[in-house]
Amino acid sequence: MSQPQARRADSLDQAQALNRRQFLGCGMGLGSLALGSTGALGSLGNGSPLTHFAPKAKRVIYLHQSGAPSQFETLDPKPGLERYRAQELPESIRQGQRLTTMTSGQASFPIAPSIFPASRANPTGTLLSSLMPHTARISDRLCIVRSMHTEAINHDPAITFCQTGSPLAGRPSFGAWMAYGLGSMNRDLPTFLVMVSSTKRAQPLYERLWGSGFLPAQYQGTKLRSAAEPVLYLDNPPGQSRDVRRTMLDDLGALNRAAGAQDPAVAARIEQTELAFRMQAAVPDLVDVSDEPASTLELYGPDVHKPGTYARNCLLARRMIERDVRFVQLYHMGWDHHGTLPADAAKIAAATDQPSAALVLDLERRGLLDDTLVIWGGEFGRTVYSQGALTATDYGRDHHPRCFSLWLAGGGIRPGMTLGATDEFSYNITEDPTSVHDLHATLLHLLGFDHMRLTYSYQGRDFRLTDVEGEVVRKILA
Amino acid sequence: MRSMLPFSLGLLAGAPLSWGPPQEPSGGPDYDRTVAPILSELCFDCHGPDGAARQAGLRLDTREGVLEVAEPGSRTDSELWSRIRSTDPDLRMPPPETGEILSPDQVETLGAWIDAGVPVQAHWAFVAPQPQASPAITDPLVAGRPFIADEIDAFVLAALEENGLRPSPPASPATLLRRVTLDLTGLPPTPLELDAFLADPSDGAYAAAVDALLDSPRHAEHVTTEWLDGARYADTNGYQNDFARHQWPWRDWVLRSFQAGQPYDEFALEQIAGDLLPGATRDQILATGFQRNHRTVTEAGSLDEEWRVENVVDRVETTSTVFLGLTMGCARCHDHKYDPITQAEFFGLYGFFNSIDEKGVYEETRGNVAPLIEVPGPEHVAGLAEIGERLEAAQAELKSATEAAEPERAGWIDGLGSTAWKEPHVHAGFPEPLVLEGALKRAPFLASEVPLAADQAFSVAAWVRAESHGAIWAKMADDDTYRGADLVLFQDGRAAAHLIHDWPENAIKVVTEEPLPLGVWMHLTVAYDGSGKAAGLRILRGGVPLATRIEADSLSAATDVAAPLRLGTRRYAGELRGSVGDLRVLDHAPPQGLDLAWPQALAADPDQAGTLRAIHRDAYAATLVAARERVAELRSEREDFARSVPTAMVLAERTEPRPTYVLDRGRYDAPRTDHPITPHVPAVLGALPAEAPPDRLALARWITSPANPLFARVQVNRVWKRFFGRGLAASQENFGVQGDRPSHPALLDSLALSFVESGYDQRELERRIVLSSTYRQSSKARPADYERDPGNALLSRGPRYRLDAEAIRDSALFVSGLLVERLGGPPTRPYQPPGLWSELAGGAGQGPYVQDTGEGLWRRSLYTHRKRTVPHPTLATLDAPGFEICQVRRARTNTPLQVLALLNDVTYVEASRALAERVANEHPGDVQAQLRSGFRRCTGRLPAETELATLRGGYDRRLENFRAAPQSAAELLAVGESRAPDPSPELAALATTMAVILNLDETLTKQ
Repeated sequence: MSQPQARRADSLDQAQALNRRQFLGCGMGLGSLALGSTGALGSLGNGSPLTHFAPKAKRVIYLHQSGAPSQFETLDPKPGLERYRAQELPESIRQGQRLTTMTSGQASFPIAPSIFPASRANPTGTLLSSLMPHTARISDRLCIVRSMHTEAINHDPAITFCQTGSPLAGRPSFGAWMAYGLGSMNRDLPTFLVMVSSTKRAQPLYERLWGSGFLPAQYQGTKLRSAAEPVLYLDNPPGQSRDVRRTMLDDLGALNRAAGAQDPAVAARIEQTELAFRMQAAVPDLVDVSDEPASTLELYGPDVHKPGTYARNCLLARRMIERDVRFVQLYHMGWDHHGTLPADAAKIAAATDQPSAALVLDLERRGLLDDTLVIWGGEFGRTVYSQGALTATDYGRDHHPRCFSLWLAGGGIRPGMTLGATDEFSYNITEDPTSVHDLHATLLHLLGFDHMRLTYSYQGRDFRLTDVEGEVVRKILA
Repeated sequence: MRSMLPFSLGLLAGAPLSWGPPQEPSGGPDYDRTVAPILSELCFDCHGPDGAARQAGLRLDTREGVLEVAEPGSRTDSELWSRIRSTDPDLRMPPPETGEILSPDQVETLGAWIDAGVPVQAHWAFVAPQPQASPAITDPLVAGRPFIADEIDAFVLAALEENGLRPSPPASPATLLRRVTLDLTGLPPTPLELDAFLADPSDGAYAAAVDALLDSPRHAEHVTTEWLDGARYADTNGYQNDFARHQWPWRDWVLRSFQAGQPYDEFALEQIAGDLLPGATRDQILATGFQRNHRTVTEAGSLDEEWRVENVVDRVETTSTVFLGLTMGCARCHDHKYDPITQAEFFGLYGFFNSIDEKGVYEETRGNVAPLIEVPGPEHVAGLAEIGERLEAAQAELKSATEAAEPERAGWIDGLGSTAWKEPHVHAGFPEPLVLEGALKRAPFLASEVPLAADQAFSVAAWVRAESHGAIWAKMADDDTYRGADLVLFQDGRAAAHLIHDWPENAIKVVTEEPLPLGVWMHLTVAYDGSGKAAGLRILRGGVPLATRIEADSLSAATDVAAPLRLGTRRYAGELRGSVGDLRVLDHAPPQGLDLAWPQALAADPDQAGTLRAIHRDAYAATLVAARERVAELRSEREDFARSVPTAMVLAERTEPRPTYVLDRGRYDAPRTDHPITPHVPAVLGALPAEAPPDRLALARWITSPANPLFARVQVNRVWKRFFGRGLAASQENFGVQGDRPSHPALLDSLALSFVESGYDQRELERRIVLSSTYRQSSKARPADYERDPGNALLSRGPRYRLDAEAIRDSALFVSGLLVERLGGPPTRPYQPPGLWSELAGGAGQGPYVQDTGEGLWRRSLYTHRKRTVPHPTLATLDAPGFEICQVRRARTNTPLQVLALLNDVTYVEASRALAERVANEHPGDVQAQLRSGFRRCTGRLPAETELATLRGGYDRRLENFRAAPQSAAELLAVGESRAPDPSPELAALATTMAVILNLDETLTKQ
């Protein structure tokens, strides 16, 4: 470890020790960070937040595919399964592992090969489902992980685990940890923004997924909506012009200053009021895509013209990253294909494949991919056997926590590689098992943190995103 | 010499420890205050109570353990000393790779501790509170007056003197009255209350004002709000689709308890085990709703035992946090790292809650889930009796109508001969009734002779006898568009017809107003006129159009599909059980009246006599049909009414207790059957009385016993925090070894003991606190004090901090006169931006948030509907917890989103207008007086001249603005559901100025 890094670590540890004791204990209005803040742990003095070591990535985009995409129809196709079509899943593979109660009562577990062919991506040669042509085209930028596994077998706990490091409610989300650890890089927008898009029938989401848990509320994600008002309460009430509002804020500032400018709590409130005013201008500018050239819009596909779609949200994600938002969390709901998987997976893949790939390319050509991490994936995998009847053209797949796939790209990730493998039924992992905690540890590592030491003291315990587990997956580091 | 200290006082995990008095201080650093926190923070991870994680067999949480590496009296002879100072990374402790570093002060403390002979004492919180002598005071006068009004003040003053600080002078009467009113009721004082107190600010008048506040229902509401955080009370089940539950009767029990001044030990005991009290009353059972406020899983496919275990764990964690101030969660998976609580002891507590008659996964996704208790009001008892009488009369009528129908039938059959259906049809159905089961439902019944197209008239008629909800018929695409047409029977009995191009954007849907009966033959027709409008789609029964409501009317494209017409099944509609007969498809509207073709055909077939008889009884015997439907209506009215009797989720034990085992690493599927557990309490805190059966009631009695060192302290600390913003022990959720040491340990003990002596009288405790001089100090920080003690731990000044989310909203409603005060009842749904629920619901879930109209918009925030997965946005932004798990401490942040909410949310825009109207009516034409009044209502004081000038300057500028744009004034003043006033530029300027005042730091702050 070089000398400057050591110094970094020392001062971080001291800052954090101080923080552990003082942060929540204040109760006196001192916890006044949010926009324009440095990391909660302090700063090096040049505007960079304190980290344990020099970060590879400064920003994150997490493209969560909610409902859990089937690995067979996306990143871990198994064309060899055709020879087992409709045969029972061998007990040597299943090994009595638990199933959800949606299929545990099934008399038979017929193997359902994907009806979609797989092909080798150019130029990496990675085998990918034909449902992901655009992803295939950027495979040389991606690190595909086929050996993810998780603890939960149902959506609520599984997605909560992915996003907060614990299947139960109450923990801060990944974005909140980042906002806490790194602070903000911009003065006009929230540090952590969230967007949601959906197919018609989908698994629900919950605010806790971008909540701050036991961290102060300033670290929670702000949901950007496709509604007329992109951030809740952003717009002045009808009849109240920006000029009128300005006079109100001037009066408010003058009165607050006169009453107690020396009180840090009052000073903080005055500052937040001005930030709010700036945000009222910055957010509309962020979501107004009329300045995007046609070539860019084309890259994301036709849906980009429709607010609220995944494609539009991907474009907005890039605009956020350009404006130095730290953490952008996208959710696309609708991957929960218990039945009629072929029809439904084809539709949702068509809606998400091109925009996801476009986002990576767009970041790359703007030089943003180097220090922005992009993650694409769901909360668990799906079963090789069919839920419900298997026909020549139709099948469904139940939840499968024992393996699933995702991809990563950008800041500090080794491009063009595949990590891990599953058996021929994609039922068990055969190489490099990677837990959700490992993923989190790795992401934190790329952001400059030792996941063991980014902690927050609550209820007498130093909590961390990775709970008591997690190992950095060195193989995927650039 | 100090090594003579008895060893038994070491924190010996697993060994019973008496709750005896602490050792006299014996020189050297104070073990519990300074040494134990260092060891706990930096050493216990590897050398603490957790036997499984222990390295090198060394433990530093007992004196015996420490003596293995320390020579009492000589640091230089101690390995502990050389290890913590070593520069060799292989020897240094803590090991460099842990990232933990001892500061030079900490190193010195440990050295001094060894030199002093390694004295130890039990952790303060595990030792019973001790009577405390009043401390010696050097200078009892502050600002020329004696400071000590209560013993509290003596302890506080002594600590200040020890630290070279002095108390602040008393707060002004207006500030004090505002402070105490906010603290006791969550609302500010009225101008009248301020006037009265300013006229007589004597101690006597203050005490009288305090008594009145303590007795007010507003006080009960305010205290209840606080209790609900720890109790993780919410109005939804919290997982996945997050459907509503109706647990508010429990919340109202809390309100009633606080209003009645129930002693805190009883209040606590009933919430842990009220159901097990001999002769438990309904209220005592209702109290155990506390233990059912946890989330409940309804997600399909979940595993029952996995989630039942989580329910039990949640109860252990919540009970220990709320009543014991201990965080037991860690000990679920392994022995506690810091506190002397083993994993076996965690499951000892778990055992008390493990035999509830509950499930882990509930199929009933909506509403309350068993065990339940009904909580009827007097109106429910009277209502049920009245419906019962009417039902009896209707049943008598049905009996006579049934008798009369028998002779009628023969004549009816005779008359069937000549009344065939003359209508031309595209398809005519089958003559015999088809029972809908099995393969029939999958079979295409009718291919595509009739397109059922959006631009052509058609009718589909059939005789139906439904025995369940589900699809009657559907000619519909089996994908997410749902293109086609259908007739379905919903779960609530209502029938719906759809005509769809792409659901739900491009479709027609009509639903009958009334449910249809099950088990009777009905002739049902869907008739469509080809107009493309919902008005052209009707549902007829017996040839008579039924009243319907239109739920979608957006069809603009084709509806015909290749899919065949099927009977009894449709994508996501459920499969209908029942029978169908004589299905006919027409390319035009059906004839008026009831068609007799099918009865005629049946009459010709002797095998169908039973069906014919049923058809007559169900559809043609008019008096009988009417009488039967009347009885059915009353039955369902009675059921509906019975459903309106509120229930609450409570505890009830199974008859057969479940065995409890230690769960390996806390996992539900890894019970260590070699390690059965009898319910018991952690040894460090004592033991249950030997004679009591180890059940929940015994646990509740033990928790609430005066001998428990934690129970009274934890509650005293919680109450204290409400007034000062921090507890005497700042980490109020954790009194364990890792928690903060109390700032005033003697005061905490003294208050705890007198709380017990008072019979756990909470109001008496609150009264003492607010009558103390400590509480009545000015909160203006003197710069030097601030520098010394920014968090005001030593209390050299009064409390000053931002109000809680609920108090901010309630105060705005209160000062503006909008607040509707009514105690208790079902949750309310105040203003909330549309779409928040549906955005995350994925098309399922509870449906959209339906905002209240009328008073529900303006009731106290305590009653706001608490949806766990989508908390109310303004409350969440202002740091209210999400109520998913027990949380006894809120952060207090300051963010731009708060600013936006408080300036732009309808609630506050409307409040600023109402406040403007209020002060304008008070002082017509006198703007200065209006501004003064508004300012005072919000801050409790009159504005200084400069402040008034600022307000007036802004008012005038905005008045000019609104005069130039009167339409803007009208728009602004129309915000909100309350009656809008006649718009005027003056009122708009005043309303925006009131908005400024409502957002002043001083308005949002208690000081």
